[in-house]
Amino acid sequence: MIQAEYYNIFVKIIDQLAVLDFLPPVWKFILASVIAALVFFHVIAIFALVAIWVERKVAGHIQDRLGPMETGWHGVLQTLADAIKLLIKEDIIAGGIDRRLFVLAPVIVFMTALAVFVVFPVGENFIVSDLNIGILYIVAISTLVVPGIIMAGWSSNNKWSLFGAMRSAAQIVSYEVPVGLAIVCAVMAAGSLSMQTIVESQAGGFWNWFIFSKFPFGFIAFFIYFVASLAEINRTPFDLPEAESEIVAGYMTEYSGMRWSFFFLAEYGNMLAVGAIATTLFLGGWQTPISLLSFIPGPVWFTAKTMFLVFVHIWLRWTLPRLRVDQLMYMCWKVLTPFAFVSIFGIGLWMTF
Amino acid sequence: MQSVNQYFLNIYIAIKSVLIGMSITFRHLFTKSVTVQYPRERLPIPGTSRNLLLNKIEDCIGCDQCVRVCPVNCITMDTIKVFPEDDLGLASDGSKKRLWLPRFDIDMAKCCYCGLCTYPCPTECLIMTDEYEYATYERNDLVFKFTDLDPIQIAELKEKDHIRSMEKEKKKLETAKQAAAKPGKNGGKSGEGT
Amino acid sequence: MPEIKTDDVYIELGKHPKAGFATDDMILQMGPQHPSTHGVLRIECVTDGEIIKKATCHIGYLHRCFEKHAENVMWQGVIPFTDRMDYLASMGQNFSYVITVEKLMGIEVPERAEYMRVITAELQRIASHLMAYGTYGMDIGAFTPFLWAFREREYVLDLFEKLCGARLLYNYMWIGGVSHDVYDGFAEECMSFLDTFERVVFEEFNPILTYNKIFIERTANVGILSPELAIDYGITGPCLRGSGVDWDLRRDDPYSIYDRFDFEVITGKGEMGTVGDCWDRFMVRVLEMIESVKIIRQALQQMPEGPIMNEKIKKVIRVPAGRVYGRTEAPRGELGYYLISDGKGRGPNRLKARSPCFSNLSVLEEISRGCMLADLIAIIGSLDIVLGCVDR
Ligand code: SF4
Ligand code: SF4
Repeated sequence: MIQAEYYNIFVKIIDQLAVLDFLPPVWKFILASVIAALVFFHVIAIFALVAIWVERKVAGHIQDRLGPMETGWHGVLQTLADAIKLLIKEDIIAGGIDRRLFVLAPVIVFMTALAVFVVFPVGENFIVSDLNIGILYIVAISTLVVPGIIMAGWSSNNKWSLFGAMRSAAQIVSYEVPVGLAIVCAVMAAGSLSMQTIVESQAGGFWNWFIFSKFPFGFIAFFIYFVASLAEINRTPFDLPEAESEIVAGYMTEYSGMRWSFFFLAEYGNMLAVGAIATTLFLGGWQTPISLLSFIPGPVWFTAKTMFLVFVHIWLRWTLPRLRVDQLMYMCWKVLTPFAFVSIFGIGLWMTF
Repeated sequence: MQSVNQYFLNIYIAIKSVLIGMSITFRHLFTKSVTVQYPRERLPIPGTSRNLLLNKIEDCIGCDQCVRVCPVNCITMDTIKVFPEDDLGLASDGSKKRLWLPRFDIDMAKCCYCGLCTYPCPTECLIMTDEYEYATYERNDLVFKFTDLDPIQIAELKEKDHIRSMEKEKKKLETAKQAAAKPGKNGGKSGEGT
Repeated sequence: MPEIKTDDVYIELGKHPKAGFATDDMILQMGPQHPSTHGVLRIECVTDGEIIKKATCHIGYLHRCFEKHAENVMWQGVIPFTDRMDYLASMGQNFSYVITVEKLMGIEVPERAEYMRVITAELQRIASHLMAYGTYGMDIGAFTPFLWAFREREYVLDLFEKLCGARLLYNYMWIGGVSHDVYDGFAEECMSFLDTFERVVFEEFNPILTYNKIFIERTANVGILSPELAIDYGITGPCLRGSGVDWDLRRDDPYSIYDRFDFEVITGKGEMGTVGDCWDRFMVRVLEMIESVKIIRQALQQMPEGPIMNEKIKKVIRVPAGRVYGRTEAPRGELGYYLISDGKGRGPNRLKARSPCFSNLSVLEEISRGCMLADLIAIIGSLDIVLGCVDR
């Protein structure tokens, strides 16, 4: 069970540490897992700190404002200050709510956001767990967020929350379809479900990335994945579950302080996750665009590409209005899904001939 | 066929309008912000601006015009007529001051900054300044007191005024008595009655 | 109001009646603290999932007894209160009131003051419609146009601040004239603002929001207000014109000096959907801003020299006995004041305001039936109500 076929960087490191030789292998594995979880928790937390700052700055400048300016250089410490404020805030649990579900919901939502990070190939030898069904694992785990959200909405005993939760559940479940189909395109092109293999099959310059190499089908698939993933993580223009002008704050209405910040962290964690998935599947992961630049290490490329996609998320958010529920479903079932089938078909033909 | 065309046209228009929007917002990323970092930078306040009220009390002749015109009744004024021995001098426009002003309060918490009180003022002593930062912790601190008399003076004046009014009353009584006495017989009663 | 049944809504939506589980209606209290009711409006929605079966407005959360107050202050003291009725379009409110009082007094206003009134009222219309533009964008979910609109509005407010000292509640138009003459350079500043503003509308506002496909999808064919219904409910202003009714008091019952200017009355044409939908109402406002720009340009060019106050006006205003109704085209529609004076008092004996927002809001229940929750927000936004004006 422990001498897995997959490659786990944390297990490897722990294995090589002579100090820990006295531990039985099971313990080593558990230790490695705990460390991995902690590392990714901090990755998400730090990313969220940075991304929130970037988002606010970008929003500010797009709107001809400055954004945060007071704490630190151009307000870099603003999110930290906000985080501290959120942590020390009174934990309000309103009367008449289902306490257990209410407390559990943010944990589940955040856990799913965290669990996805296990299979990201950040660099050539840098992956927590190179599962041979990596991408399937992502699809499976990311859907687990739905129960969390429904729990949050139901337990809040608030009609707006319920509205938000229902919208969110419907949205996530239906957008799984185009997301899944778009992922299938990449999987077909690579011939593997393992994230590392998918990246490796895109080696050798940017024209070998799936977005370009199978043009236009790869591009369509990337586009569909990008749009559908926006919907899956409830970002504008698909932010209906938390549409503040319609349903106040959706399923987060009753949450405050710590618990709310978990939802918030999960949101940014998801942003990072879908950026990373899109990078892995279509933008060649940690591969360099041209061999000339191969002296730059893989993780840097991976991060840069992911950050670019995150920036596009932010940019879109401050540009577009919000769709309505029926239009959202129209887009999912009548636009994205058919096109995803077309691109699957196209890539199928491409791979056969 | 029509609807198929419409379908693709819709997708095309949607993508196009999103890209147009994105290009506009992208341009704005690099345009200059219009933010003014308030406590550190301040916009110049035009001379006409209407903020904190100020009464140059030396010039106020206590004519009551401002009190009457104020739509929210936020000016409270007490006046005491000058005594023959006092000379309050002239207001800046040359009109004689005939009233002591033991109290001239403006409740800025109530004031709606309409500026109506400043226009009828004959000596132009009630003006709106450009001071706009006067937040306080206590609501009572927003009642601005403009009188230049100290409490002892006010007490004295009030005392004096009281005595004067008593004397007046007395005099009135006396004159009334005399007036009543002249016709004779039963006039005394009516004098007491007044 | 006829009761609407669930089945009707299902049939309307093309679903089979009585299909599936037995469901119950949910009563949703939208407001008074809700992000997009534009103030303290409470709407009691009977909903079936996302579908609104009935939306009843409950108003009065911002009632400040304006009409009663007015009976106890002097004639000029009412003006600051009118400011606070529709606080986004104070100039328009002042204008209507002073015109009514002047009508009762039968006095003339100096030419220059008339021009100043028109210029400020039209600038205010721009500011007010900018607010409508921005908040409507926010209701639909686009935050950026909101702040861009605020940026432009701020320039108008700067002009006003320099002109009369206040940014929001001006008390600028007085009985018999205006309170301040223009400062040096007002015309130039105003002109340069108008030039950039026109460019901004066509280059930024329209592409980012008005012609955005998502925005069109959200607003076209939503909340259709037919011309007949609009007239029945006494809708005025951009909402009426959005339904294709060509009616504008500035042209059809000219007050002040509006007959001297050349401008178009914008009506909804149903470009993106049906005549009278939310998009039309929105577009009427956007184009009206451009018409206001035209009016201001003409007024600035024609403005004569002269006094700004009628000399006959005393500090204590005496108004002869009588009753009068005066009306103007405020940014949100026909704003009228009905005044009764007994000729003795310092102020009006009775004042009644006919506010456009109140009538415009009344149609909400009618046009929001059977729409979705998100559409309800879009409809409220497109009616462009100000609760200060509704509740008074
Ligand atoms: S500014 Fe207006 S409200 Fe304030 S004191 Fe003067 S008259 Fe009264
Ligand atoms: S109007 Fe002027 S002079 Fe008269 S009481 Fe008021 S402040 Fe004094």
